[in-house]
Formats: sequence, C-alpha cells, structure tokens
Amino acid sequence: MISIKNIDKKYGERSILNKLTINFPKGKVTSLIGSNGTGKSTLLGVVSRLLPKDAGHIFVLEKDIANISGKAFAKQLSFLKQSNHTHIRLKVRELVNFGRFPYTRGKRMQEEDHQKVDRALQFMDLEEIADSYIDELSGGQRQRAYLALVLAQDTDYILLDEPLNNLDMRYSVQIMKILKQFAHEFGKTVIMIVHDINIAAYYSDYIAALQNGRIAYFGKTKEIIQPHILEKIFGLEFEVIEKNDRPVCLYFN
Amino acid sequence: MKTALLTIVFILLVCLSLIVGVKDISWVNFSSWMNSGTQVFIISRIPRTIALILAGVGLSISGVIMQQISLNKFVSPTTAGTLDAAKLGILAGLIFFPGASHLFQMGFAFVFTILASLLFMVMLRRIKHRSLIYIPLLGIMFGNVLAGIGTFFAYKFDIVQNMETWLIGDFSKVLKGNYELIYISLPLVIITYLYANKLTALGLGKDMAKSLGLNYNLFVLIGLTCVSLTVSAIMITAGAIPFLGLIVPNIVSLFYGDNLKKSLPYTAILGAILILFCDIISRIIIYPFEVPIGLTIAIIGGISFIIFISKRLRYA
Amino acid sequence: MLKKRILLLVAIAIGVVSIYMFTLLGSSPEYVFSRRATKLAAMLLISCSIGYSSVVFQTITENRILTPSIMGFESVYILFQALIIFIYNGSEVHPLESHTNFIFSVFLMIGFASILYLALFRKGKVSVYFLLLIGLILGTIFMSMTGFIELLIDPNEFSIIQKYLFASFNDINTNLLGISTIILLSTLIGGAFILHKLDVLSLGKDHAVNLGINYQRLVQISLLLITVQVAISTALVGPITFLGILIANLSYEFLPTYKHKYTILGACLIGIIFVVGGQYLVENLFNMATTISILINCVGGIYFIILLVKSRTI
Repeated sequence: MISIKNIDKKYGERSILNKLTINFPKGKVTSLIGSNGTGKSTLLGVVSRLLPKDAGHIFVLEKDIANISGKAFAKQLSFLKQSNHTHIRLKVRELVNFGRFPYTRGKRMQEEDHQKVDRALQFMDLEEIADSYIDELSGGQRQRAYLALVLAQDTDYILLDEPLNNLDMRYSVQIMKILKQFAHEFGKTVIMIVHDINIAAYYSDYIAALQNGRIAYFGKTKEIIQPHILEKIFGLEFEVIEKNDRPVCLYFN
Repeated sequence: MKTALLTIVFILLVCLSLIVGVKDISWVNFSSWMNSGTQVFIISRIPRTIALILAGVGLSISGVIMQQISLNKFVSPTTAGTLDAAKLGILAGLIFFPGASHLFQMGFAFVFTILASLLFMVMLRRIKHRSLIYIPLLGIMFGNVLAGIGTFFAYKFDIVQNMETWLIGDFSKVLKGNYELIYISLPLVIITYLYANKLTALGLGKDMAKSLGLNYNLFVLIGLTCVSLTVSAIMITAGAIPFLGLIVPNIVSLFYGDNLKKSLPYTAILGAILILFCDIISRIIIYPFEVPIGLTIAIIGGISFIIFISKRLRYA
Repeated sequence: MLKKRILLLVAIAIGVVSIYMFTLLGSSPEYVFSRRATKLAAMLLISCSIGYSSVVFQTITENRILTPSIMGFESVYILFQALIIFIYNGSEVHPLESHTNFIFSVFLMIGFASILYLALFRKGKVSVYFLLLIGLILGTIFMSMTGFIELLIDPNEFSIIQKYLFASFNDINTNLLGISTIILLSTLIGGAFILHKLDVLSLGKDHAVNLGINYQRLVQISLLLITVQVAISTALVGPITFLGILIANLSYEFLPTYKHKYTILGACLIGIIFVVGGQYLVENLFNMATTISILINCVGGIYFIILLVKSRTI
C-alpha cells in the first residue's frame, strides 16, 4: 500500500497540492481522473520522487520514501511519464533491457533478467520489432517499448501518466488487460492517470478524483461512477448504464 | 502616465548626452560656447546622440522582429549570431576589397548577416521538445562559431588578432560625415511600425498566420532583411552592441504585452533611453577617458538578462 | 562491428602519430624527436581529456551541439591573462612565471565553475541549461572586458596576450606536463567508473531517476570531472574551443551506440588523429603561420554548421 499524508506542492505562489492525503490499495488498479490542471501529474511526480514536495510524507510498505535510497526505490516503484522521446540510437530490446538496470547496476544481465525482458516484450507484442531502432518506430510502438521497460523493471508499484497516449484502441485494451493481470495475478499496485472515463470505469478497481489540490472523491469504481459524482468532477451531465456487470458512461449530450 | 515619464526621461538623457563629454559645454559660458562649443556640438555631440538613438531604436526593434519570427522570447541579434555574422561580413569585405567604402563594407556585412539569419531560422525549425533557454544557448554558440571561423581568416590575412574583441561597440568615433549610414535604420523602423499588426500575427506561428491570410514567407523575409540592414549599418557605424535587442523587448512585453501596434513605440523609446544611459555612464565612469559602450552594455545588459531569466525560468 | 571500427581508429591514430614523430626529422633528429615527443605527450593527454569531457557534457545536457567551451572557462582564462599583462605593463614577457600562471589559472577556472555550476546546481532548483546560459553570458561579459583591455594595451604587450588567446602545443613546460598528466589520468580513470550510469542518463533525466540513478550526484560528479579536465587542458595549452564538438560528433557518427565506453574511446582516438594530424600540418605545411587552435576552431566551426543543417532534430 502507498500511504500519502498531507502533501503540499507549490509552483511559485500557486498551490497545486494542498494537504493531499490518500491510501492507494495494494494489488489493485487505481485510476486518477479529473479535469486538466488538477494536479494529477504533479501527484504522481511527487510520489515517484521526480518532483520535490514542499511538505508531507509518503509511505511505501510503512517506510517513509524520503529515507529510501534511489537504488532501492527503483526496485520498488516505477514510473512512466506522458511523453517519451529520445535521440539516442537504441534498439527496442536494448531499451527494455534498461528496465533491469536497478538490479544489474551495469553488470552483465543474468538468466532471470533476460526472462523478465522477454516476458515484457511478449506482453507488449514487440517480439517482431525487438531489434529495430526506437527512433524508427511509430509513436504507438515507441510507447509500447517504454511500457515494456517499466514491465521489465518488475516493481511492486507501477505509476503511469496517461500510458495510453498515441495507442490505438486494440493496444489500449491490451495494455489495460495486462495491467489488470499484473495487479490481480502478480499482486502489483497500479496507479494510473487516464483521460478516458470509460477505460477507467471498465478496468479499475478504485477511482480517485482530484479537485483543488485534494482528493475530492475516492472509492471503489462502482461507488464513484455515479452520475451525480461525475457531474461534480467534470462539470458535464452524465448517464451511467450497466453492461456486463460494468458501468459505462454516456456524456455526449 | 508611464508615457509621460518615459518621454521626460528621454528628453533628459538626450540633453545629458549632448552636454557630457571631454570637451565640456557649459551653458554658463554662452559666448565662447558659440565658437568652439558649436563645433563640438555639430561635429561630434549631435551626430553621436542621433546615432545612439537610432542604434537603440534599431536594435530593440530588430529584437522584436526576430522574436516574433522565431516564436521565442530570447532570440536577438546577440543570441542568434547576427552580430557575429555582420562582423564576419565586414572582415570578408576587408580581405577581398581592402580600402572599399563604408557603403560597400556594409553591403558585405548585410549579405553575411542575412545568410546567417536564415541559417539560424532553419536551425530553429529543427529544435524540438526543448526548454526555452536552449535556443539562446544555441544562438550564442552559433555566434562563437562564426567568430571562430572569422578569427582563422583574420589571423591568416593579418587583419585582426581576435574576432571576438574586434569592433567592440564604441560611439566615440562617431563624427559628422562618417555616421550617416545609420540613417538607413530609420525607414526600416517606420516600415516595421506600419506593418505592426502583421508582425504580431507572425508571432502566432506559421500555420496560424497563414490561416489568417498572411503571406508568411514573404513577411519573414522582409523582417529578416530589415534586421540585417539595421544591424549591418550599426555595426559599420559603431560596432557591436550586445543585449539591447534581447532585453528591451522582454521588458516591454512584460509591461505592455505583445500587441505590437501599441507596444512598438515603447520598445523604441526604451531602447533609446537605455543606450543613452549606458553611453553617458561610459563617458563618465573613468572621466576624462571613455569606456567603450560595448563593454558597459555587455555588463549591464548581461546582468539584467540573468536577473530577468532567473525570476522567470529557473526550472526550464 | 563496433570493435572493428575501434580497431580501425586505433590503426589510423597509430599511423598519424608515427608520421608525425618519424618523418621530416631534418638535420638534428634527436633534438627534433625529443621535442616532438613532449608535444605528443601533451597532445595525447589533451585529446583524451577533451574527448571524455565533451561526450559526457553532451550526455548531461542531452544534446549534440553544445560543448564545455560554452561553460565560460576560456573567457575566465583569457581575461586573467589580459588583466595580468595589463596590470604589470611595460614588460615584454609574461609577468608571471609559468608555474605560477598555471596554478592561478587552474584555480581561477575551477573556482569559477565551482561557484557557478556546482554550488548553484546543488540546490537542485535550477536546470542545467539555466546555468549554462549564465556561464555563457558571463563569458560574453568577460570577453568584452578583455577586448577593452586589448584596446588599452600597447602593441608590444599585445603580442604576449596573443599567445594565450589560442591553444598551441609549441611551448609545453615538462614539469607542468607531468603534473597535468597525473591529474588528468586520474580523472579519466575515475571517470571510467561512472560510464554505465551515464548510459542510463542518456535516456533522459526522468527515466534515469526512475531506474534508480541519483541524478544530482551524477551530474555534479560529471561536472566536476569536466571542470578539472577543461581547466587543466586550457591552462596547459590554451583555449581549444571547438575540438570537443568535432570529435564527439564524429565519434557518434562512426560508432552508432549509446554505450559511453565506446563513444568516449572513439572521441579520444579521433581527437588524437585530428590534433596530431593538425599539428603536423601546422608545422610542415603552414610553417607555423597559424596555430593548431585556430585551424581546429575553423574546421570545428564549419563542421558545426554542417551538423546543424544536416540534423533532422537538434
């Protein structure tokens, strides 16, 4: 479980996160939803330690992450940002191999490392292009390669900022299925920012919504995907229907 | 309110510029002033002051044009290699046609300057996903490269020892008869003002400007031509004056926004004020000797720029 | 494939060095040979230092166009020389004895870099680009000051400054060379330990942090190594501005890999080829009418422009 207590984060005078407190449940998929600018990316940035926080504490496995070394933390938590580009000449497999760096620290990769990389390539359907250079790939292929890196890193906590960017529907669905599998079968905790409310509704176990720098709503998917709550979050009229025991949102009016 | 203040400061500085100098013109000694004083006035002080104003206005507006075209607030003749290209042009002129007239030298400078500006614009199109600060970094480095190439030839032909310190901005040699070229910047400034709205539209980006019906490429070319002519003229007349085209537009943008029809006059007057101020300081600080204005502005302008970006862009 | 290319570079480097050392020895071969040997030692040392510092610098700044020359070291060095000569005017020789000059120069440059880059960067609140821009502007200011001093100095003294404006391998003090070798070799050996971390850093700051790299520390250590290397190189032979961009980029072109152990080695070898080759040309073709530095700056400068025009993205 990731336990977040009273996080403050300011950019200059503007307060983005305001005494934000939440506990992300272990082994589940939690989606962060909300309008733009509410601080979702900032929150993930603070938890992944890419951004410094101004106040508050974050606990992973009961330990304050401020006290964990970078090396150890990289084996516990992995994070993928929205936009990923690189100008270096790297093959897909070489990129995914980097996912094992927290464990190999630059030394030769072991059997286990190769297996994890192969598995990640398989999950992301990259086996055929494993030896292509990433700057020759399409946006979607590149995104899958970076996701494979994160999967190869094999951490208990996976944070993703809009991972489905640039992906067409087939891959979006495939990745969501894999993330669910990672959570339910392998016990990983997945926290992700998604813009498509229906993807969030269909695949998440829990949903959290930010407003005014705080967690405005948090609970099991069925509790949050309710018209009156969604209206308050998005400012739109919602209708929720049920299909296959899952909620589906209609907001196009 | 602000306008009145600026105008008063401007007039004050103009008067100071006319008065301050090694040959003291004291208003008290009117009669003798009429004799020797007038000479100094006509030959040195008035031309110098006019040249200063034109240079200040010209460089500031050149900065605005470049910023609108490149969609980046930190592009300017200093940070895009323009000044160095002009020097390179003058050097080339000296090598191939020694003893040529000022006008001819300026022509050479112009050719090199506009080529370098176009090259820089091409570079800008290629930069992706970068912090804002990357562009002036690139531009200054580009300028250093031009200076480096220039030094090779300058050394070989025994013209100059070091390109980077050659043609340092200096108005002390501005005299009636050798500074008239700088008047070229005047019509260019006027053209810019007449086309201010189109220039603002350029700043919205190529696609946006085109959809507004603007002949984008034509105006970019016009803009760069004006800038190159202005910079070349100033370089021939007084040397390299850094940072002016960078700082003045940024300050004006902060207070008056980017609607050029409104803000260009402020840019012009602030440019004039700043350069007059720096030149007067240059004359006073080690009186009766003068510090070249290129140095004074480099220090004042450089430090101002650092303060400016540190307030706004530490995290970029 | 990479290994073959490295071997090719080694072969060419050995070839160039041999030509430099063993041909055109003239009438007193022992004297010429021993002089060349000293110069060669300096050239090898400088090439490797510039090679390492440029490649690492480009990794830290995530680009292929900038080099440590923009950090401002050289302007500090040149200004210092100009100031000293100006203050102690009237003499025809440099007022400071070469050891003193060396030590002061190195300390000044390292001091400048420490304050600007290491101290400011430690706060963690500013980006590398921001610091570079400050360094560059300060560099411009220093060069303007130098220009002013040049105006004030009379031509005799000016010819002394001129010696320091450009790099030259012609008068290397062997003692200084000895000390420099020890220091620079240490940085290169120490620098070898962070190569695998630099590989990760080339993915970008965010990915590196994700994979457990201590970004602050890695960048600071790298900057420290770069600072020492550039400061000592500059104090030993003078400003050698664009060599870095030339050899770093040629290395990437020739050895298309992200692995620093190859790209740095490649840069060092290419550096040796260019510097020794260039020095050979300067000594025999140009008859010392130009210095190696001016030649390299010109070539490097033109290459820079070609690079800019060719690159799809910068």
